[in-house]
Amino acid sequence: MTEEQKTVLDARGSFCPGPLMELIRGIRQAKVGELVEVWSSDSGSRSDIPFWVQKAGHQMVGVYEETGYTRFMVKKVK
Amino acid sequence: MKKVVVLGGGVGGTIVANLLAKRLRKDEAEITLVDISGKHIYQPGFIYVAFGKKNPKKLVRDERKLLRTRVKLVIDEAVKIDPLNHKVHLAKGPVLDYDRLVLALGARLVPDELPGYKEAAQHFYSIEGAQRLREALESFQGGRIVVTVASVPYKCPPAPSEAACQLDYYFTKKGIRDKVEIHYLSPLSRVFPLEPVNPVVEKIFAKHDIKSTIFFNVESIDPAKKAVSSIEGETFSYDMLLMIPPHRGAKVVEDSGLGDRGGWLPTEKYTLRTKANSDIFGIGDCTDIPVSKSGAAAHFEAKVVADSVVADIRGEQATAKYDGRVTCYCDAGYHKGFSMTFDYEHPPVPPPLSLRGWIGKQLVNLGYWMLVPQGRV
Repeated sequence: MTEEQKTVLDARGSFCPGPLMELIRGIRQAKVGELVEVWSSDSGSRSDIPFWVQKAGHQMVGVYEETGYTRFMVKKVK
Repeated sequence: MKKVVVLGGGVGGTIVANLLAKRLRKDEAEITLVDISGKHIYQPGFIYVAFGKKNPKKLVRDERKLLRTRVKLVIDEAVKIDPLNHKVHLAKGPVLDYDRLVLALGARLVPDELPGYKEAAQHFYSIEGAQRLREALESFQGGRIVVTVASVPYKCPPAPSEAACQLDYYFTKKGIRDKVEIHYLSPLSRVFPLEPVNPVVEKIFAKHDIKSTIFFNVESIDPAKKAVSSIEGETFSYDMLLMIPPHRGAKVVEDSGLGDRGGWLPTEKYTLRTKANSDIFGIGDCTDIPVSKSGAAAHFEAKVVADSVVADIRGEQATAKYDGRVTCYCDAGYHKGFSMTFDYEHPPVPPPLSLRGWIGKQLVNLGYWMLVPQGRV
């Protein structure tokens, strides 16, 4: 996987529509096999995002805690 | 003399053009605004057209009358942006040169992107759509109304849940609420996009028997079976489908190779300069900034862009930053409503549902034309 095939969405500070909608947008725009990484400073994302990723049938590649925010890396698999 | 070109005569573009005309001397810059129709449309009024409370004529004014005299208005379609040569090509008129370009083009409704949408769905995201919905509501005698969104992102994230509340109020007044089931399908993990406000809206839904399902992102519509399905694997039937149409970024942004895959303009969320070209600014719905696509966001962003363009034209250091501020007004029906303001650093505070909140929204609707396009507030 090259860097060109990963989309990074900085949704820190987004309360409306919020990081989950940014991720859904990114996944809809991505091609199968590509990575979408969303950055969130919203604590609710830690439950919202993994739950949606599982429900929608995509793959959570990693959750990385950074200072003041979390990076969620998701692979579009269908 | 420097040249500033603004594309788009909505709230963001109009405020920027007027503020620049106010602050830059005539010998400093020529300001041109290009708009495809020359009409300024107040989109928050669409929902009231759908529910028979607003005459659509009240939502449209001539852009010329809202602009300061020295802003040159060109009624034409921008068809190509050439960042290398600092030019904007128009469909009919001459090529425009710019020193600074402001893109305030709004979002584009693309109903054709979802098969079945045009024949199956109602919406209130254009004047024509709102008028058709009003007629459909007037003749609706009962059954299940499914309210949802075709895709994300879309303008005004609270609008579909607000519409569900308005449907309840409308059919209650009509006396047939017991014959109408209202079911809201939310693409997110809650019924209202703003987490702190969600409990308030959930209480309204429970009190007024508005059903809801979360994590429903539309995959397809089957008009023959009157059913809508999600990528998460659920299907619901409907008698009326009220669905926010699919959106994309501006066509000229896409055609010029400046957009992402959805056509949204990659824009730095604090400076509002586009990521690829620092002499091009993005405002409002056409950008990929992670705030709600709303007139309120464009309104606050426009002031930052005007400050930065003035600094650039004068060769000064631009220091203005957009703090992510958005103000949101919601009408829950029954003359109750709420409003809230938030930014990148401050989440919204759960507001009380009140008559005062409802009046606030009505005052904004009334005061808009006097205060907002001119940049007075």
